[in-house]
Amino acid sequence: MVLYIVQRILAAIPVMGFVALFVFLLLRLTPGDPAAIIAGDTATPDQLDAIRESLGLNEPLFVQFFSWIGQLLQGDFGTSILSGKPVLELIADRMEPTISLALTTIILSVLIAVPLGVIAAWKQGTLIDRFVMLLSVLGFSVPVFVIGYLMISAFSMQLGWFPVQGFKPLGEGVGQFFHRIALPTFTLTLLYIALIARITRTSMLEILGDDYVRTARAKGLPERKVLMRHALRNCSVPIITVIGIGFALIISGVVVTESVFNLPGLGRLTVDAVLSRDYPVIQAVILLASLIYVVINLLIDIAYVLLDPRIRYA
Amino acid sequence: MNFPLNMKLKPKGLTGLLRGTMFAATVASLAMMAGMADAQTLRAVKHSDLRVLDPILTTAYMSRNHGYMIFDTLYALDENLAPQPQMVDTHTVSEDGLTYTFTLRDGLMFHDGAPVTGADVAASIARWGERDGMGQVLMSFVDSMDQGGSPNEFVINLKQPYGLVIDSLAKPSSNVPFIMPKRLAETPSTEAIPEQIGSGPFKWVADEYQPGVRAVYEKNEDYVPRSEPASFAAGGKVVKVDRVEWVVMPDDQTAFNALQAGEIDYWESPPSDLLPILEANPDVTVKNLNALGMQTIMRPNTLNAPMDDVRIRQAAIASVNQKDVLDALVGNPELYNLCGAMFVCNTPLASDVGSETLVKGNGMEKAKALLADAGYDGTPIVIMHPTDVGTLRTQPVVVAQAMRDAGFVVDLQAMDWQTLVGKRASQASIADGGWHMFMTNWVGADVFNPLVNNMVNGKGPDGGWFGWPDVPKLEELRTAYATAPTLEEQQSLAEEIQKIAYEQGVYAPIGQYFVPSAWSNNIEGVLDAPAPLFWNISKN
Repeated sequence: MVLYIVQRILAAIPVMGFVALFVFLLLRLTPGDPAAIIAGDTATPDQLDAIRESLGLNEPLFVQFFSWIGQLLQGDFGTSILSGKPVLELIADRMEPTISLALTTIILSVLIAVPLGVIAAWKQGTLIDRFVMLLSVLGFSVPVFVIGYLMISAFSMQLGWFPVQGFKPLGEGVGQFFHRIALPTFTLTLLYIALIARITRTSMLEILGDDYVRTARAKGLPERKVLMRHALRNCSVPIITVIGIGFALIISGVVVTESVFNLPGLGRLTVDAVLSRDYPVIQAVILLASLIYVVINLLIDIAYVLLDPRIRYA
Repeated sequence: MNFPLNMKLKPKGLTGLLRGTMFAATVASLAMMAGMADAQTLRAVKHSDLRVLDPILTTAYMSRNHGYMIFDTLYALDENLAPQPQMVDTHTVSEDGLTYTFTLRDGLMFHDGAPVTGADVAASIARWGERDGMGQVLMSFVDSMDQGGSPNEFVINLKQPYGLVIDSLAKPSSNVPFIMPKRLAETPSTEAIPEQIGSGPFKWVADEYQPGVRAVYEKNEDYVPRSEPASFAAGGKVVKVDRVEWVVMPDDQTAFNALQAGEIDYWESPPSDLLPILEANPDVTVKNLNALGMQTIMRPNTLNAPMDDVRIRQAAIASVNQKDVLDALVGNPELYNLCGAMFVCNTPLASDVGSETLVKGNGMEKAKALLADAGYDGTPIVIMHPTDVGTLRTQPVVVAQAMRDAGFVVDLQAMDWQTLVGKRASQASIADGGWHMFMTNWVGADVFNPLVNNMVNGKGPDGGWFGWPDVPKLEELRTAYATAPTLEEQQSLAEEIQKIAYEQGVYAPIGQYFVPSAWSNNIEGVLDAPAPLFWNISKN
């Protein structure tokens, strides 16, 4: 297992290298010039050239690439072309809202969706099952921004229970933190409930027809034990996969939710950087997102082994 | 302040009564303190994010607005668009008109405690003069510029008399000649200044700046405002709140809700479709603060065929009806103005010469005739269409359709604004990714005279603005304007410039529109101004 983890970590290095090269080239080949953005409407060609020179954009591409890689290897992600702030600082500022939203959403979704999925499978074809499936279809079909606006309209504008927008760090008080993160969490949770509940239901339906479940019931085990210990545990692999990917998706940035609730997360940082061609920021954020995917995939693989002893890695 | 709903106070006897009273008093005083603290912070949603902090390096309006917060200016325009002294106490002009001597007001200090000197002013004006169009014209007349006999004096020596020295120093929009410490002003004008130290009415709170999230300013307690009442950008800059936060909200609906819920106090540019709802809210004021408004324009590229033929450019302009553009862009006729004046309607230089077809919308037959006369061969006209900017995505569609109606073949190329910004700087042929036309918007103060209006620059491919019309006569007239001694002569020259610019099809204003701001009625004193200004505003 340890060998497997080491191998996976080593395998991630060329993956990250390829992502770095791909992102770098993609940005440089995309139309748009950060120097022109900074210089504005009245800059002369000479001034534009001087700005490009000061930003190092006049260097040949391979010089720019290796210079960036060299910085990365020293832990330096560079500085934002526009604001002049260190990229690492910009990302660090955006991590707390993003991680907070990811954790609250995933925890709440799992707490609601897994039992719902189990019950829907157990009571297949009943009203409960249909309700869960309806919820699932709604969660998938209604755009997140619509759910967000409806939430704001009901719980902020009409009832006044929650603020319309913004984020408060946990350090400024637990109450304030949850007060602000609640509505975006509820909004995203609807989507993730739909996803996780559906996968749970489908997996459970497959398992509930297996012989060993019939045997467990024949032994006279309580239905709760049959469902939770024998059935659910054995169908946890696809559920864990979906939860892991869902978590990675939120960490990589949920731009629409962040915009609707004005959360200063990584998604907005990425979009802002792309729109303003802030190369160092875009490169760093995409590398970070790739790293998150690699790590979460690794964690999912490790979780498989813990949940299903039949799975072995060479 | 929230308490659990099930919390119960059980006062018993006098002690209980006292405890209850003390508790109630504590709650009340905490609530009052919270309210007072909140009352001193003004939260504003701006039209965009503040990304570049150097208002000389860039012409971005957010950077200009940031500049108005922390820097001060030598002169500023009042509500009659007349320059008034701001940092300057007095100035004298020598009899030959070649030497201007300025004396700064007493008590001017930078945020780091250093006094403002003539040397700071000279360095700041020199840096601004490298970047700004009007500054470059001023510098072409300047022989030397330095601190005077005393530290608070500043002297400009001219090579020849120039009538717009004070007007240049009072330039209200990008780039504004802000005054900064000499050590910062000596930064090359193609690099950003490393610190945000000015002598303006607000101080920059660097620790709380998060690009894309918020920018924070606090009151400069050491600032000495002028005694005159605030008027446009001129007069006393009296700060009445402790702190101003510019909060970034990328979603209009969120800002709309936040304003109505009292989470923000001021919204710089709500979209026109939300204005009726805001106007119906008795707790919100909606008002246009900038009488000059915005000028939306179409700009042909004179380098690429067939737009290199003046008749083709004239045909494109003649096909357009301002009303169609503005109906699509703004909708509400109360928020737009059919205006063919290149130097903006309701200004001293306003003129309608050459703009009849645009304003009356009667140029379609003329456009068809011009196309026939030019022998237009159906070469597709590449119009760049920025789809990510709400105030720019409509005009290209309307103009393209008008041109198609006239007989043009149009290739409307969708792209984001930053791609357009990069692409418009290219003088390449169409085959190599070049372009024929784009649309953009200008704040009225950026186009209201021939020196600040980039589009009437006739310098051609070397030194001209994107589109690069090569019209030496325009340059001749602009130079004459710069030295014209009276307003009447300036008006006459401006009208001649406009006439030639229309004849040559160098550009066309395709409408003037206004962007009202909205604010909660708990704030007072919002100024009519060329840029959103935050002095003079109090919060209750």
